[in-house]
Amino acid sequence: MDLYEYQARDLFEAHGVPVLAGIVAQTPEEAKAAAEQIGGVVVVKAQVKVGGRGKAGGVKLAKTPQEAYEHAQAILGMDIKGHTVHRVMIAQGADIAEEYYFSILLDRAERNYLAMCSKEGGVEIEQLAVESPEKLVKYNFDPNTGLDEKAATEIAEQAGFSAEEIPALAEVFQQLWGAFAKEDATLVEVNPLVKTGEGKIIALDGKVTVDDNAAFRQPGHAELVDESAEDPLEAKAKANDLNYVKLDGEVGIIGNGAGLVMSTLDVVAYAGEDHNGVKPANFLDIGGGASAEVMANGLDVILGDDQVKSVFVNVFGGITSCDAVANGIVNALKILGDSATKPLVVRLDGNNVEEGRRILAEANHPLVITADTMDGGADKAAELANK
Amino acid sequence: MSIYLNKESKVIVQGITGGEGTKHTALMLKAGTNIVGGVNARKAGTTVSHKDKDGNDIELPVFGSVEEAMEKTGADVSVVFVPPKFAKDAAVEAIEAGIGLLVVITEGIPVQDTAEFFNLSLTKTGADGKPVTRIIGPNCPGVITPGEALAGITPANITTKGPIGLVSKSGTLTYQMMYELRDIGFSTSIGIGGDPVIGTTHIDALEAFEADPDTKAIVMIGEIGGDAEERAAEYIKANVTKPVVGYVAGFTAPEGKTMGHAGAIVSGSSGTAEAKKEALEAAGVKVGKTPSATAQLLREIIDGDSAGGAASPVETVKEKAGEVIDKVKGAVKKD
Repeated sequence: MDLYEYQARDLFEAHGVPVLAGIVAQTPEEAKAAAEQIGGVVVVKAQVKVGGRGKAGGVKLAKTPQEAYEHAQAILGMDIKGHTVHRVMIAQGADIAEEYYFSILLDRAERNYLAMCSKEGGVEIEQLAVESPEKLVKYNFDPNTGLDEKAATEIAEQAGFSAEEIPALAEVFQQLWGAFAKEDATLVEVNPLVKTGEGKIIALDGKVTVDDNAAFRQPGHAELVDESAEDPLEAKAKANDLNYVKLDGEVGIIGNGAGLVMSTLDVVAYAGEDHNGVKPANFLDIGGGASAEVMANGLDVILGDDQVKSVFVNVFGGITSCDAVANGIVNALKILGDSATKPLVVRLDGNNVEEGRRILAEANHPLVITADTMDGGADKAAELANK
Repeated sequence: MSIYLNKESKVIVQGITGGEGTKHTALMLKAGTNIVGGVNARKAGTTVSHKDKDGNDIELPVFGSVEEAMEKTGADVSVVFVPPKFAKDAAVEAIEAGIGLLVVITEGIPVQDTAEFFNLSLTKTGADGKPVTRIIGPNCPGVITPGEALAGITPANITTKGPIGLVSKSGTLTYQMMYELRDIGFSTSIGIGGDPVIGTTHIDALEAFEADPDTKAIVMIGEIGGDAEERAAEYIKANVTKPVVGYVAGFTAPEGKTMGHAGAIVSGSSGTAEAKKEALEAAGVKVGKTPSATAQLLREIIDGDSAGGAASPVETVKEKAGEVIDKVKGAVKKD
């Protein structure tokens, strides 16, 4: 889960990372009150999980609480790259002398952690990495050792900071490592990390991604979930422990196993090219078991999507063999009753496939059409979605 | 022959007394696996009842630790079925004990835990300087050498023994491929898992298949996220002489949405299926558009081989690689 900037700020503060005052606001009135509370010059910042909000007009300086009110009024509700702004953060104005960059992330390729640092912050770091790679220090370290004082000092040295600057920076790097480790983060990025006119180091803007798999030991993370930004169907699926992602298309997809479902989306999209460009409507992985109840829950979510015109059920029967899956589908349709209204193309393959197909044929449900192959089923489902 | 696992492997199950552990111990035994016991500290000294592949009743001993299990049985493989919360401790225990192969089936392990136990395994090296413990997974279906042994949850009865080596991030997609090519059969099939940090990589498996005399052709299945497929492509170009066919899932996945696997996400321009496909094709790998098309490509290679055709499929593939590389270079220049 990616956090909003204000959530990252709060999290940094909780781990002793130096930050400036910041208060989240959902209305212009709240923004004004926050500006009054902080005092002085403030910055009104759109809270969206995409970059480029400054260019889009989502970041404005306010000299007075009234200006903060007006900027918040303009920014709230704004669309930034498809993300609607529901909140702004009122941040204390900073006296910036210099801007740096620092991050810690999971390095998938090296399978350890990577710290990155540059004296040139505030810019697009991807751009810096391409154009001036020598200005970006990359420092891999062992997760079991962590980012200790020695490592933090080396990073600051390699980035070209002076001996006087290094101790303060190394301390902040270690505080950020503390936040990364204790919060089960996969990314902690500060851009810019600033030095103020007084020479203080402050994390001015932060990006944090936390690991959803660690939710069981991070009870605080549940509060960070922005339910208002969640698709209602995705929320419903999540409540039923289903792995569902809403997409923009007409063919509902249900399958078992993430790889097979991803593959099914592709095959349906290819088939759709022959049927007026219909596309997959969702990703839905019901897992290995494919029991009647899980199947019914899955179909229920998919049929709740008004865009869906047909459904493609693509299941490989492994340990749960095809006869069990077929019974699951038949019983799921019984559970759903009249609420099942869209044609269902079912393709089963794997263990005991003949018995599975026999069960479906015998049930002879008016909505169910069987297919022998994945490609054939995708084509049929796309055809039905185009009617 | 096979890679990583064979009928001589002595397998223990960590979490043998739990629900998943019980169910899959039975299935692994049925597949012929030589399971010599299990581990559960709280039930040490007891036994669990199972049937061997011939249907005879057997009692498997439950040990207090992996170390003890290895001492008493000579086990060299452990399969982990313990829940995410306890998976790191189980893996650390097995690594500390020096198990040769550690297959972590558990789904949903925090990635910092995996990073920690994987990096621990790198520090425990043997006389050859290599880590003693090879980790497969986590969040994977494990490894199967059909007709010999299964360490994991792959359905054993969907395929047969044969000359194809398969390596994949995904479970059911692997099963689909094994089933489609069941008439030809597999030397070993490995599901390496879909998490952001995994032990055995595509490259490790490719290296092992290249060295395995019974593997004649390789299927590599990838999916969106990370750059493991791109790195595997470079490895193939430099090191693999056997024909490789590939498949990549997730062409229609939108940016920023995790597709089921914790590692399956397109972020920015990195991790797209298109980029992976291009990299593989540039390395001479024939990439199928769909799973069945991929199976067909493999079938053509095997058929061409057995017919003793004029051009070796490897040569043809390498020639094609040259063309594709030129094309890619041309395209880059134009931009």
